[in-house]
Amino acid sequence: MTEKHPHKHAAEQPDGKSHEASPSEEETSAAVTLDTAGGAMGPSAVPVTAQGGQLPGGPDTLVRKIFTGSGMVSVLAVLLALILGGLLIASTDRQVGTTAGYLFARPTDFLSAVWNAATRSYIALFQGSVFNPRGSSLAGQFAPLMETLTIATPLITAGLGVALAFRAGLFNIGAQGQIIMAGILAAWVGFALHLPMGLHLLLVLVAGIIGGAVWGGLVGLLKARTGAHEVILTIMFNYIALYFLRYLLNTPAFQRPGESNPISPILDPSAVYPQIFGSQYRLHLGFVLAIAATVLVWWLLNRSTVGFEFRAVGANPKAAQTAGINVSRSTILVMAIAGALAGLSGVAQVAGTEKVLTDGVAATYGFDAITVALLGRSTPWGTFAAGLLFGAFRAGAVQMQIQTGTPIDIVLVVQSLIVLFIAAPPLVRAVFGLNPRRRKPASAGRSQKAATTGGAA
Amino acid sequence: MLQPHIPSGQPTDASRLVRVLKLELRGITKRFGSLLANDHIDVVVEPGQIHCLLGENGAGKSTLMNVLYGLYEPTEGEILIDDKPVSFRGPGDAMAAGIGMVHQHFMLVPVFTVAENVALGAESTKAGGFLNLDDTRKKIREISDRYGFDVDPDALVEDLPVGVQQRVEIIKALVRDAKVLILDEPTAVLTPQDTDELLDIMRQLKSAGTSIVFISHKLREVKAISDTITVIRRGKVVGTASPTASTSELASMMVGRAVSLKLEKAPAKPQEKTFQVKDLTIIAPSGQHVVDGVSFDIARGEILAIAGVQGNGQTELSEAILGLQERAHGSILLDGEELVGRSVKGILNAGVGFVPEDRSVDGLIGTFSIAENLILDRYDQPPFAKGISMSPAKVLENAKTRIDEFDVRTPSGMLAAGTLSGGNQQKVVMARELSRPLRLFIASQPTRGVDVGSIEFLHKRILAERDRGTPVMIVSTELDEVIELADRIAVLYKGRLVGIVPAGTGRDVLGLMMAGISPEEHAQADKPLTNTSHANQAGPTSSSSAEGGDHD
Repeated sequence: MTEKHPHKHAAEQPDGKSHEASPSEEETSAAVTLDTAGGAMGPSAVPVTAQGGQLPGGPDTLVRKIFTGSGMVSVLAVLLALILGGLLIASTDRQVGTTAGYLFARPTDFLSAVWNAATRSYIALFQGSVFNPRGSSLAGQFAPLMETLTIATPLITAGLGVALAFRAGLFNIGAQGQIIMAGILAAWVGFALHLPMGLHLLLVLVAGIIGGAVWGGLVGLLKARTGAHEVILTIMFNYIALYFLRYLLNTPAFQRPGESNPISPILDPSAVYPQIFGSQYRLHLGFVLAIAATVLVWWLLNRSTVGFEFRAVGANPKAAQTAGINVSRSTILVMAIAGALAGLSGVAQVAGTEKVLTDGVAATYGFDAITVALLGRSTPWGTFAAGLLFGAFRAGAVQMQIQTGTPIDIVLVVQSLIVLFIAAPPLVRAVFGLNPRRRKPASAGRSQKAATTGGAA
Repeated sequence: MLQPHIPSGQPTDASRLVRVLKLELRGITKRFGSLLANDHIDVVVEPGQIHCLLGENGAGKSTLMNVLYGLYEPTEGEILIDDKPVSFRGPGDAMAAGIGMVHQHFMLVPVFTVAENVALGAESTKAGGFLNLDDTRKKIREISDRYGFDVDPDALVEDLPVGVQQRVEIIKALVRDAKVLILDEPTAVLTPQDTDELLDIMRQLKSAGTSIVFISHKLREVKAISDTITVIRRGKVVGTASPTASTSELASMMVGRAVSLKLEKAPAKPQEKTFQVKDLTIIAPSGQHVVDGVSFDIARGEILAIAGVQGNGQTELSEAILGLQERAHGSILLDGEELVGRSVKGILNAGVGFVPEDRSVDGLIGTFSIAENLILDRYDQPPFAKGISMSPAKVLENAKTRIDEFDVRTPSGMLAAGTLSGGNQQKVVMARELSRPLRLFIASQPTRGVDVGSIEFLHKRILAERDRGTPVMIVSTELDEVIELADRIAVLYKGRLVGIVPAGTGRDVLGLMMAGISPEEHAQADKPLTNTSHANQAGPTSSSSAEGGDHD
């Protein structure tokens, strides 16, 4: 918006970031582009009202572009990260090292060694995360997939929280803290209260959701009332939540009777999620709730007035305000809902996977959720898919280390590379020769539209 | 007319010999991706001429000048100076070749003095690397005296009025020995009086041998000052015209079809006054009273236009009525109901239609579809929503009706609003605001950045709303628009109401009012006020009426 200087546009336009739609609109879009390029939209005295830190979002921030760019880049980024990860795996492989010694004598040996090292690890990764052909029974063969879904559950719901907040123009770094607060409340209800079957679990769920919603909503409230930046707020709220949890775990109320270890009692059987496919798998009801949450968020964003407000505030807060949308209310509400979604992750952890409360209850799910939302382009189903992928990485990494000795950390490297590539779309496009200059504007426009109108996958 | 006219008494010292320069753009083509911004444009600027590039917003004028100034590299074509091809890698090269540019948005550092701004980028230094501003001061005084600029080299730029800031920009170019001066929409931010002074300055510069490329879409100015007019439409040169061509001839060249510039307007039939503003004061966060004790009223079936130079409180005033200004004191009554203190939504629901002055910032969400933008302030009301559940089918249905009704040129309501041209975007905003029963309609800059063809349409819709018996308030910095639409004209200056005058008040009187001189003061201090010309009657030579465009 501030980019009315012609020079800046000169640098921007070749990147294809102008609004291009379809060849039939070329002329109108040409007019639009030129209009702003020449600064011809009107006299310079366009009011620079004190927008300051008051309103969230804004149409053209870099973060926003990264979060809502084309889904194609996501796919390519994953691909590229896997290729680089493969090369990294190969570089530490003993066989590759040996063959490199006589690289010039027999280069094919070297290349096949590289190929073998990388594919061996990735096959192990696949077997550890989706389907294990060596399983003794059908159940055993699908055990990895179940594990993937289990791990994906908190990633998906927390990712949805980050994505939803982002669509309203808020960068929610606070999923971690929201998970922890939800975990504390849910766990306490789970082990301290003793209630009948059904009611107990429901109360655990409600407590967790409220915990996350309050923790997120507080950020929204502070932002709306004082203008404080949500990134700083959420980071601080993460610390507060974590150390509050550690403190609680050192109080008798949260410790097992007669012990002083920082670990809570096990939740009542009536307070934990039932396992969907029986006790052989860890997969629990939380995954079904994650699917439901995805549907709900999709509906919220695309079919409800509340979501319309969120998207309007995220895309152009000033226009939203002028249209009578209460920006403060949207900010508070979206952060509360985002917190509630992250809260579902907290419940999934304490009532589903772990069944106790420790200070590692959130692991790094809250931070991985940011990556998941990023990879999913902040669309509900994109986030769902990205959550599954990251769940698979995590589940498969263990098997990969056991089978091939490739360290688990390589998966973290791949994850980090994915983020890196998503944050630098021109790099990815350059690698795959998809420079927008040579691309047809129609496709660029379409993908941009798809990403921005939020027609979820 | 084509010959450079150099008076013999011209002060020339050795360093400042008048070197005339012929500039030629040959076959300039500029593409942005698949967008063809300039398509084989040929322009020859003869030495000592004022050459006007006339075209609508988005026709490609600014792109062409940015190519000439070295900001863009042309895809094809060449620039020739005195018949020798040159290539500019940046503005520095262009300046060295004798081309200076005054941008529409000034490139000045507000907290620097005039001298510092002028020196910026080409600072002369004393031994040891210390700035030598005395040298620059001397040059500024020299130029200032020669052309009667009246610029103090030691004044802070932020303290200067816009018109003077523009002169600083011109001085910047002249200090660097510009032989060709590009003025990009220079009158957009000026009062009528400032505009007249600028045109005088341009004539002086021309007589001193400087060629001027004057970019504008305001026909009156163009006709008043140009030697040659090149008309650009959709990136192509569609022809050249002489300044003696008629306004409608030029307008139809610009738009590509015949346009009627004169609005057919029935006399207003004002009914009871239903909208009143009493003692409205708005205090900016800085403590400044941006609107200061303003009172007026509007009757049903009447258009009140708020005139004034940009930044004299119009924005705040219209925003306050909509409830967007927090520190508004006083009273705003619509049908006897107090609006101050109510939420924006409450005010919209009370029947206030609002077209904000900057549609891309306040009026539309560029990434939302046209259909969504058409319900931006009614998304939560039936039939578009039941409870919190929205009906996309109803939203689309509404879009189809509105798009037809307001002739929005788009293949589909599903497209992002940002892909539309300025005129069509404004039609979307207008369609949204006029599609429900209104008790007050406010339009700020209703036709800014809108093509001439759409202006006609938008003006007619505003009149139709008036004739339906709605009180209408127009805020415009375009005097022509004010004169054309208004039944009464209120002029704001520094947040105060200078006066409210009836339609038909002369543009010279209005011009003085826009500079803060009320008609009474003017009448006392000067000769009795003359109630003269209407819009669009000014001849090409009358510089006193050369301020506005025929349209924005």
